[in-house]
Amino acid sequence: MEVSLNWLKDYVNAPEDIKTFCDAMTMTGTKVEGYKVLGSDIEKVVVGKIMSTEPHPDSDHLIICQIDVGKEEKLQIVTGAQNVKAGDIVPVCLDGARLPGGKTIKNGKLRGVVSQGMLCSLGELGLTVNDFPYAIEDGIFLLEEECNLGDDIRDVCKINDTIVEFELTFNRPDCLSYIGIAREVAATFDEKTNLPEPKVTEVKDGEKASDYIKVNVLNKELCPRYTARVVKNVKIGPSPLWLRAKLRAAGVRPINNIVDITNFVMLEYGQPMHAFDYEYIKSREINVRNASEGEEIVTLDGVTRKLTPEMLVIADGSRAVALAGVMGGENSEITDNTTTVVFESANFARESIRKTSKAVGLRTDSSAKFEKGLPACNTLPAVDHAAELVNMLCCGDVVEGIIDINNADINERSVVYDRAKINALLGTNISDEEMDNLLAKVELVADGKGGLIVPPYRSDIINTADIAEEVVRLYGFDKIEETMFKGAADLGGRLPLEAFRYQINNAMAGLGYCECCTYSFVSPSALDKINVPADSELRDFIRLINPLGEDTSVMRTHALPSMLEVLSRNVNRKVEKCRMSEIMTLYFRDGDLSNEKKMLCFAFTPDCGGFYNLKADAEALFIRLGIAKRDYVAVSEDPSFHPGRCADILVGGKKVGRIGEVHPLVCENYDLPRGVCAALISVEELFDSVKNERGYIPLPVYPAMERDLALICEKDYEAAKLLSDIRSYAGKSLEDAYVFDIYCGKGVEEGKKSVAVRLVFRLADKTMTDEDADAGVKKILKKLERENGIVLRS
Amino acid sequence: MKQQLEQIRTTAIAEIAAADTSLEEIRIKYLGKKGALTAILRGMGSLTPEERPVIGAVANEVRNDIESALEKRGAELKKLSLARSLVEEKLDVTYDAIAPNAGHIHPITRALERMTEIFIDMGFSIVEGPEVETVGNNFDALNAPADHPSRDFQDTFYITESTLLRTQTSPVQIRAMRGMTPPIRIISPGRVYRSDVADASHSPMFHQLEGLVIDKGITMGDLKGILSKFAKTMFGPETKTRFRPHNFPFTEPSAEVDVSCFVCGGKGCRLCKNEGWMEILGAGMVHPEVLRAGGIDPDVYTGFAFGMGVERVAMVMSGIDDLRLMFENDARFLKQF
Repeated sequence: MEVSLNWLKDYVNAPEDIKTFCDAMTMTGTKVEGYKVLGSDIEKVVVGKIMSTEPHPDSDHLIICQIDVGKEEKLQIVTGAQNVKAGDIVPVCLDGARLPGGKTIKNGKLRGVVSQGMLCSLGELGLTVNDFPYAIEDGIFLLEEECNLGDDIRDVCKINDTIVEFELTFNRPDCLSYIGIAREVAATFDEKTNLPEPKVTEVKDGEKASDYIKVNVLNKELCPRYTARVVKNVKIGPSPLWLRAKLRAAGVRPINNIVDITNFVMLEYGQPMHAFDYEYIKSREINVRNASEGEEIVTLDGVTRKLTPEMLVIADGSRAVALAGVMGGENSEITDNTTTVVFESANFARESIRKTSKAVGLRTDSSAKFEKGLPACNTLPAVDHAAELVNMLCCGDVVEGIIDINNADINERSVVYDRAKINALLGTNISDEEMDNLLAKVELVADGKGGLIVPPYRSDIINTADIAEEVVRLYGFDKIEETMFKGAADLGGRLPLEAFRYQINNAMAGLGYCECCTYSFVSPSALDKINVPADSELRDFIRLINPLGEDTSVMRTHALPSMLEVLSRNVNRKVEKCRMSEIMTLYFRDGDLSNEKKMLCFAFTPDCGGFYNLKADAEALFIRLGIAKRDYVAVSEDPSFHPGRCADILVGGKKVGRIGEVHPLVCENYDLPRGVCAALISVEELFDSVKNERGYIPLPVYPAMERDLALICEKDYEAAKLLSDIRSYAGKSLEDAYVFDIYCGKGVEEGKKSVAVRLVFRLADKTMTDEDADAGVKKILKKLERENGIVLRS
Repeated sequence: MKQQLEQIRTTAIAEIAAADTSLEEIRIKYLGKKGALTAILRGMGSLTPEERPVIGAVANEVRNDIESALEKRGAELKKLSLARSLVEEKLDVTYDAIAPNAGHIHPITRALERMTEIFIDMGFSIVEGPEVETVGNNFDALNAPADHPSRDFQDTFYITESTLLRTQTSPVQIRAMRGMTPPIRIISPGRVYRSDVADASHSPMFHQLEGLVIDKGITMGDLKGILSKFAKTMFGPETKTRFRPHNFPFTEPSAEVDVSCFVCGGKGCRLCKNEGWMEILGAGMVHPEVLRAGGIDPDVYTGFAFGMGVERVAMVMSGIDDLRLMFENDARFLKQF
């Protein structure tokens, strides 16, 4: 909420220094978002009087004016405006003047004639005809204000003001008003408020408001209170300058005296008001009722609104004349010809206004206030102040009597006031007297019987914690001593699975991967891009009802699309070599909720290597984490991966993940070069396979014997199978066997390959001899040939 | 013959001293099977028995002298050749011949790890909760009024009428209270979601760290103590904290908490937008209604809760000015951490 300090000073004294003011308000709970000084962009513009005019000798449209700005020396200013004559009072820019928009004025010559400044239009001062209805848009602003020659134009036009923007919290709808803010200012600076106490002068001619209009509230729940006054003999016209200036400072456009009064009171009390032209209230009755099915209203903005029965309307005998709390109807609008006015000052249920405003797509100052939940106690003083302003502005006669249909509780309440409990909650030792004094600053008064009297506008104060909040914000958080709680508590710690994730992240960083962080939601078409079949259960997404867009409309069930997008974006930005890793959450439907699984995905662009590099990284990770024995089983049917370069990772026979070269068509879908490799590893499955206690095998005592064999076998005979065969054929003396080269091509028969295997023999109890090793090799070769048709390369 | 031997000694030693590569040739030349010394020794047969031991002794002396000269020179040459090769092997140590293959931890993870460590050291345990939550846990049990704007479609991603993507980590408070008995001292990090279009300071997905302490006699002073200790550990021992009154549905009293800018120490700089303070978290005493919703008697127990944006802390610590960088995953950004 934006607050003019000039206006605020009508109700309370505030410190002159703006920074002191803002800081103190923030520290007592009325947060200042910022402030701006109005008129700070205007300098050296004063009131002047045109003494005489004469035509410019060399121009048929320029006029030379002699100006009195209250000094002995008169100024000569050349103007192009045609609406000036001798005797006019005008704003004069002196030499060196500044205007809004950064324009500066200097003495100069116009077609050879000296001009010592400039005469201003409204627009040049940042003003409009709404601010000064007697002025014209094009031409010099001819002032009609009470002022002296030489006065600063900012004072004369009341532009000198500071606007403070407050960020108000949800629990304080009462602060959406000058009076509410004034109360907070008074509490903060230990000042007294000077709030309006409206005194209305009614015309005692025997006519009563109730003779004019009959109000029926048909829905008491949605309209807890309806208050109205009638003003007759209305003379519509512009408001006086002070009123227009206040509205302008509050960002409200002045319109005419009656409408300006309702807006003024809305800002002052936070109580939205509406003015109806009485002539158009048919059958002289106001019915506050739900709209009927198919009913329509043309609101003040000229738009036809279709209404539904949940919406509350203000109707006359035959039709809706306002959409309650949101906007008035065009059919009963105040016009220049209005002579009798009905002021409405009502209280409407917040939820109803919020829903209606949303349904019709119309949010107004009024609806914005109502939907925060306004206190019902303000309708009467607000309408009275409006009536008082009518008296002050002499723009009509207030008819005797008030219509006030009240079904709301507008009385003070008493809540339990337990000072000891408040001190205990805050960790303070505030004396009873001091605490009472603090609360008294915000008009919360101890009743001496264990209760605290709460004014009707403070609906937020219900329990001890609420009172404690009032105490602490006025006492000052900074005065609360910092303590460390005592009492038995467990040792803190991470969840095992969470700690494991940090371990994985660090291991991946050690392997040269950059950790990334991608959105959990993706486009449903992400699965198309990685070739997942149409009938896959992965497509049973958790869907958002109201996504920001299609691209972020479902919770991901697969990690690959997010990762490929990251690689694609980097390659697109010419970062062609990148290795990325992320532990992603995947979301699977589980009734109405989700089963959330963590998936480690790491991948790299072809510049970083191929399948075997990926596999080596996976192996390094597993070894680092203490995952004992891994098996890799070829997978050819995953449509996201190359059918000949993809494998499942098994630990103890259980699948924990999959690695592979991404399918060339998938790479194409992401504008990635062919050969991207990616691993997908389930963190939960992996965690179950971790062996935290690592066993120890004593170091060997006797030397090993090594033998290298080149074996010819079928091309699709896998290394893992060959090694497991060799192990099963060998005796205990074979300590290790591994493939160190695979060769196809010249010298090797078509369809076959030569596999170089190193065998390591060792005995636990004695040194192995060459003969022992040769015998071992012979035994293996014999079986390989007999069982598998595998022979030594000749 | 003796003269011959003397001659051999002189020339051999001179040759050895002059050799600057291999000594093997010289060794063969004098001591080899066909060498000069060997030849003389072979000729000893022609000597008289009286001469033989004398010449033999001289010959041995000469052999010993040559051998020790060879050994000495050999050691010198080895030293020289090593020195030469060390010079030749000089590398340009400023040249990056092999690109480093360093990995990086995302700034969010880095901040989160540090933040959680600090609380773990203060005796907090980590609890995690699901990201797809019930409206009940995310709003109702947290005392959010039925018409609180945060419940709006414009602010919250809904999955059904009764389920949503959690907008805060606070529903974990409810889960923890229902599943544990006081004393409770937990933190809960995780992803949260708000219906905000991504810009420099908004993201539809971000991370929060929630804290909850419940026990008998917990006070606002305790909340100040914990958060002040956290701030000092996280941002440096000179860091000050400032509590500003605020309002949250789930705490009462509530506060927004600022820390003094660790760049300028509170004097005002670009990072803190000249305010000297940086807002990093919201906190307060757990609302009695929330305790009740968690199955805890507010007449017996009190507690405090706090929540902070992890990205906010990460951005503040590294001076990152655009939130979108966190989720774009540009390697050139990630490699700075």
